[in-house]
Amino acid sequence: MQPATQSTVTTLTQDNRDRAAPGENTHQFITFTLGDEEYGIDIMVVREIKGWTNTTMIPNAPSHVRGVINLRGVIVPIFDLRARFGMGMTTPTNTHVVIIVATGTRTIGLLVDTVSDIISVDPAAIRPIPEMGLPTDDRFLSGLVALDDRMVTLVSLSGLFSSPTAGLDPAIDRQSSAQPARAA
Amino acid sequence: MPIGQDQAANPFAQFRKTYFEECAELLDALQSHLERLVNGNADEETLHAIFRAVHSIKGGAGAFGFDGLVAFSHVLESLLDQIRDGKVAATHSVIQLLLRASDALADIVSAARDDRTMSAGFAADIVASLEDLLLGAPDQPIDTTVPVAPVQVSGEVRYRIGFTPHTEMLRNANEPLLLVRQLRRLGGLTIEVDTARVPPLATIEPEAAYLGWVYTLDTGAPQSAIREVFEFVEDDCDLTIDIVAAQLATNPTAPVTCTQAIAQPLVKNGEINAQPASPTQSIRVDVDKVDRLVNLVGEMVITQAMLTEQSSMLPIDQYPALIQGIEALAQSARELQESVMAIRAQPVKSIFARMPRVVRDLAATLGKEARIVTTGEATEIDKTVIEQLNDPLTHMIRNALDHGIEPPEVRTAAGKPRQGTIHLAAAQRSGRIVIEVSDDGHGIDRAKVLAKAQARGLVPPGAALSDEEIDNLIFLPAFSTADKVSNISGRGVGMDVVKRNVQSLGGRISVQSRLGAGSRFILSLPLTLAVLDGMIISVGKETYIIPLTAIIESLRPKPADIHPVVGRGDVLALRGEYVPLTYLHKRFSIADAISDPCRGIVIIVQSESAGRLGVVVDELLGQQQVVVKSLEVNYDPVEGISGATILGNGRVALILDIARLRDADCAARQEQVSEMARLH
Repeated sequence: MQPATQSTVTTLTQDNRDRAAPGENTHQFITFTLGDEEYGIDIMVVREIKGWTNTTMIPNAPSHVRGVINLRGVIVPIFDLRARFGMGMTTPTNTHVVIIVATGTRTIGLLVDTVSDIISVDPAAIRPIPEMGLPTDDRFLSGLVALDDRMVTLVSLSGLFSSPTAGLDPAIDRQSSAQPARAA
Repeated sequence: MPIGQDQAANPFAQFRKTYFEECAELLDALQSHLERLVNGNADEETLHAIFRAVHSIKGGAGAFGFDGLVAFSHVLESLLDQIRDGKVAATHSVIQLLLRASDALADIVSAARDDRTMSAGFAADIVASLEDLLLGAPDQPIDTTVPVAPVQVSGEVRYRIGFTPHTEMLRNANEPLLLVRQLRRLGGLTIEVDTARVPPLATIEPEAAYLGWVYTLDTGAPQSAIREVFEFVEDDCDLTIDIVAAQLATNPTAPVTCTQAIAQPLVKNGEINAQPASPTQSIRVDVDKVDRLVNLVGEMVITQAMLTEQSSMLPIDQYPALIQGIEALAQSARELQESVMAIRAQPVKSIFARMPRVVRDLAATLGKEARIVTTGEATEIDKTVIEQLNDPLTHMIRNALDHGIEPPEVRTAAGKPRQGTIHLAAAQRSGRIVIEVSDDGHGIDRAKVLAKAQARGLVPPGAALSDEEIDNLIFLPAFSTADKVSNISGRGVGMDVVKRNVQSLGGRISVQSRLGAGSRFILSLPLTLAVLDGMIISVGKETYIIPLTAIIESLRPKPADIHPVVGRGDVLALRGEYVPLTYLHKRFSIADAISDPCRGIVIIVQSESAGRLGVVVDELLGQQQVVVKSLEVNYDPVEGISGATILGNGRVALILDIARLRDADCAARQEQVSEMARLH
């Protein structure tokens, strides 16, 4: 049997959080891609970023639940963000990345294509999502940020898993956005 | 972080917490020593231990300003001191008073812990009785049931006696031990041995005396009496007798270096035994720290298993040292895991010790007479199990007393002793712990149980049940045989709750009973919840664990044995019985699995709640001890899955919940799932 790859690509330390913190009022986001689109997630909920490893299927779970992995002895469920956004299943390869995030008391992994950047955003610069009638439920999203020539869509973790089919009880999730990250 | 700050900012709260933890232990110790006193197998140390426990509680209470607690424990302590000195006899009534006082003390401690104040008259009668005994205490020692070392009250002198026999002494038929015994009759004796003259083993002469001794003797006897002891050996030894300290009345246990203490130090008026009870044998460790250690070791074992698996593919002749090293690592990892698990194991004594009080309180309420006998308190069991054992055990003991033990008059009439006996026993048997609660009461009245069950529609009228089946009716929900609903038991929440609790611990419960002779409830529990013996099975590409305790057998059936039942799925004919089949690949929607049970394997499993079930899987992969991990920490509960574990290859494998595997109507469940998938 092939040994499971357990190499952690990046572990965020206080150091590189500080480095990317220019102003007091700015929020920091980690950006990642799904296809050509760039998304951002609050850096304070991100625990670590690791390469894709094969998961163990959870019986009768929704299709965006890719199963569970062993994260240093903790059983962590992995969610396919592309599938959650209704853009089809990701076919993961060795270059795909899992972002481990803390939501409330739970630790979960988000399967994305790549992780690209850490950005600092002035909250005033975050634009609301325009009504566009997109197939994606916009509860998942919390705003748009224009960044030079790019546009980053900010993802709301609490919105992401508040539906009953998500595999995560929404009641547990709601605390997450309010609760700042504890030092890991 | 916030928690850490709290603790740092309020060290007092931390000390207070520690104090109450200690109190709980001291109260447990107090209780168990009092039990020994009750049972008449107390020795001198028992009284000291009781005294020390109360004294320590009082000391801490003073520091934290719990005045009520100080006042009460002071009175109790004073009486204990009198008993220890032999001024108050430890008669039956006194011991009963002490028991009541210790119960009251426990109440006051828990009130202090919860910042409650006790009502004004609380335990006033106990305090009054204690004080009466104190006032009535005579000045001179009287006979006690507990032997206390003879006390010479005043005029004692400490002698230091150097006694170095000449090598010839033993050949002259003198026995040093006899001298020591004679000296002990004179007073308290401490002995130091001098081994300086002992030659190397090769040159030793068996009949020669090489040892010398220094005796420290506290005695009121004159020096001539000491000389008399040595009268016959005086020519065969070097003897020195010096007075170290005169008039020892106030300080009998001045520091003396002693390597071998033979006699007990004296206990004097109002003095606490200055000798420590025993060296510190244990340390207090935060449970979280131990859990962290258990987790880490679990990780290490998994990594080690992975290494072993990888190394098995290497040619052994090319990497002999590496493979040997990995084998050694495997050995150490296993031992380490066992040792860490042993840290979490606790003797069942910690819950057994609470039971005498339950019996005492309840017996008083019910007007019955009963005693509890416990055996096997030292049996160790994982703390996760122990924590959840208290409620079921308490319930069973209360039941035994309420339903089992008859009132004293009835017992006498039936030719039994007035006092009923409840026996609580623990033992380890083949990897499980067995706890028995038995009583010598009237046993289960099967006619009554059956009538009640029929009246409640639990059993169809006219059904013929075996004795065993009738006995097991008491585990049904909402069953109670108490004629009147009391506030003790008989509210219908009874043995079914106990059974559920025990099952949630992976345990089993059974009952044996004889009308008129009593009942015996037998609990069988796993030693730990953290580790499980599992059968690894595969279905398609997926791997699952089935707890070994649930498996009865596994087989590959013949096509003729499989019968479809319309609307219910398939059943397997097994030795004249029909066992329903669950196809795991259908149940869990797994692709590429073997769908024909005659080409796969059927595992016959049994759970108390769901009965027998045949689980159809592809293959049995092997048997392994696995570390149980929670799936629900980070994910919602999954139907049919009780937990997860990590296999040797680092992958997660889910553990099947046998009791829930068939719970829901599988077909309906499948539809629901596919509907959910469509909606999405």
